[in-house]
Amino acid sequence: MATGQTAQAEPLFRLTVPPEKPRRRLPFSPWHLFLMPVAAVMLVPLLWMVIVSLETASQAQRFPPVLFPHSFHVQSYVDAWNAAPFAHYFLNSAIYSLSTVAGQLLFCSLAAYAFARIRFFGREVLFVVLLATLMVPFQVLLIPTFLIVKKLGMVDSVGGLIVPNLCSAFGIFLLRQFFRTLPIELEEAARIDGASRLAILFKIVLPLSLPALATLGIIQFLWSWNDFLWPLVIINTDTHAPIQLGLSTLQGGHFMEWNVLMAGTVMSQIPILLAFFFAQRWFIQSLAYTGIKQ
Amino acid sequence: MTALAEDTRAVGLERPPLWRRVLGSDQLAGWAFVTPAVILIAVFAVIPIGWAALLSFQANNLLAPAHYIGFANYQALAKDPAFRSAVVHTVIYTALFVPISIGGALGLAVALNRKIRGIRFYRLAVFVPVVTSTVATGIIFLWLLDPTFGIVNYFLHAVGLPQQKFLQDPNQALYCIVGVTVWEWLGFDVIIYLAALQGIPQDLMEAAEIDGASRWSTFRSVVLPLLGPATLFLVVWSTINALQLFDEVYVMTRGGPIGSTTAIVFYLYQQAFSNFSAGYGAAIAVVLFLAILVVTLVQLWIGRRRVYYAS
Repeated sequence: MATGQTAQAEPLFRLTVPPEKPRRRLPFSPWHLFLMPVAAVMLVPLLWMVIVSLETASQAQRFPPVLFPHSFHVQSYVDAWNAAPFAHYFLNSAIYSLSTVAGQLLFCSLAAYAFARIRFFGREVLFVVLLATLMVPFQVLLIPTFLIVKKLGMVDSVGGLIVPNLCSAFGIFLLRQFFRTLPIELEEAARIDGASRLAILFKIVLPLSLPALATLGIIQFLWSWNDFLWPLVIINTDTHAPIQLGLSTLQGGHFMEWNVLMAGTVMSQIPILLAFFFAQRWFIQSLAYTGIKQ
Repeated sequence: MTALAEDTRAVGLERPPLWRRVLGSDQLAGWAFVTPAVILIAVFAVIPIGWAALLSFQANNLLAPAHYIGFANYQALAKDPAFRSAVVHTVIYTALFVPISIGGALGLAVALNRKIRGIRFYRLAVFVPVVTSTVATGIIFLWLLDPTFGIVNYFLHAVGLPQQKFLQDPNQALYCIVGVTVWEWLGFDVIIYLAALQGIPQDLMEAAEIDGASRWSTFRSVVLPLLGPATLFLVVWSTINALQLFDEVYVMTRGGPIGSTTAIVFYLYQQAFSNFSAGYGAAIAVVLFLAILVVTLVQLWIGRRRVYYAS
């Protein structure tokens, strides 16, 4: 494209400028020279995690490191599974993630629809208070939230993990913005036909809002699956821990072979990585959406 | 008004029964819809905000009844050398993390925003660390950066550079954490920038080309200003995140060696849940919140004057 412009100017200067050396062209785009090392830096840590998890303890503890083990040692995975209650970890994480996703989708949709479409007394004030809470990060509220969950008698339980995350100002805000972009005519027509607000929300608005719901669901899933600080604060019993806390306990525990720890780490990441590979486009759109909408 | 009322009665339009009006009214529907959310947000966001402020004026060990001690927590905080060093570490960390991750992501997004062979693979490679958990990342890098067996030292050794102690060296540990978190979050920033780059209208680029702008000046004068809103978002978001550094510190160093990676939230956690001084921890939280608020407002204020919004 840039050559089109120089081609026009060329006849004027060709006589005075010494003939250019024919430009050596790479057989591939030069961007590969930049992107390849970057991809290596991003992927090598993860590949190394997988490789070490397939080595024996003595292979893992060797210098220079065994970069390409000749045979795969699957025993590390068995050892990791036996070293900690992984089944509990996964179950707790699944309950934590799925119930907060469900809670966020339900409670945020209801509230967001009311804020977007229904006029009721106190709506503006409530919405301002909601936006204000968005400004306060969770870390700041860690201690009082712990005390509240303690008062509810839910410390050291998966329920205690879930309740503070069932609804969020972020989710309400995100869905409200989306609902407001939907054409209101459909809803008005349904209302004239006598449909209730609840029916309109579930039969008209939500089916049209799948992209926004997917965004909220994916972000909440990613967040709760990878959450660490909150479980660290309220969970004391190993069998009540979700996967990230369990993994950290495994690492902080007594002497632990690195190949076993890496096997545990691989296991902990498999569900989210699988979800990512199969729904890559959705994950990326969701993350991009949060950035654009703020 | 009365005439109108008589008219409707005359036409035979009766008002629906009271129960129908109440149940079908927007007042009731609106409140019914927001009530679950209002209760949850009140209990887990509004009350904690007030309580955090209240706690910071108390001596509270999470067990015995609390009692008021006025500004004593804040006075102690001002004199606490451990808190001061946590603030210094957090500021150094933030000052490095934010520009490195955003600058790196900008360059990377520009490189990834083209149709060359293997671009899907490159993008995937950059995005995968975003979904990897902070705990897993911490454990992986703990082993990569191990002074004795780590693969990074092996690479240094292979090219003839001296071995490093990385996370076990008080002079290096914080910078290692910067590197690890950049690795972790780069992909998120790239996603935001790629979305913004793809939103730039093609005719603007063509117009710049027709006017004879070089690639570099097109980038500087057309692309960069149009990326302003994305950059502002990333600066605000990354700063808030960086000021709350915790997971990687907990997993990789537990604040060490000799306190060289203790960041504010890690110190808060230690005070509240290891030393059981929740009042003191709450005072740290309040200071952190005020710092985040001020920094964010300053960034938005500068952003409002500098950033160009196309729409």
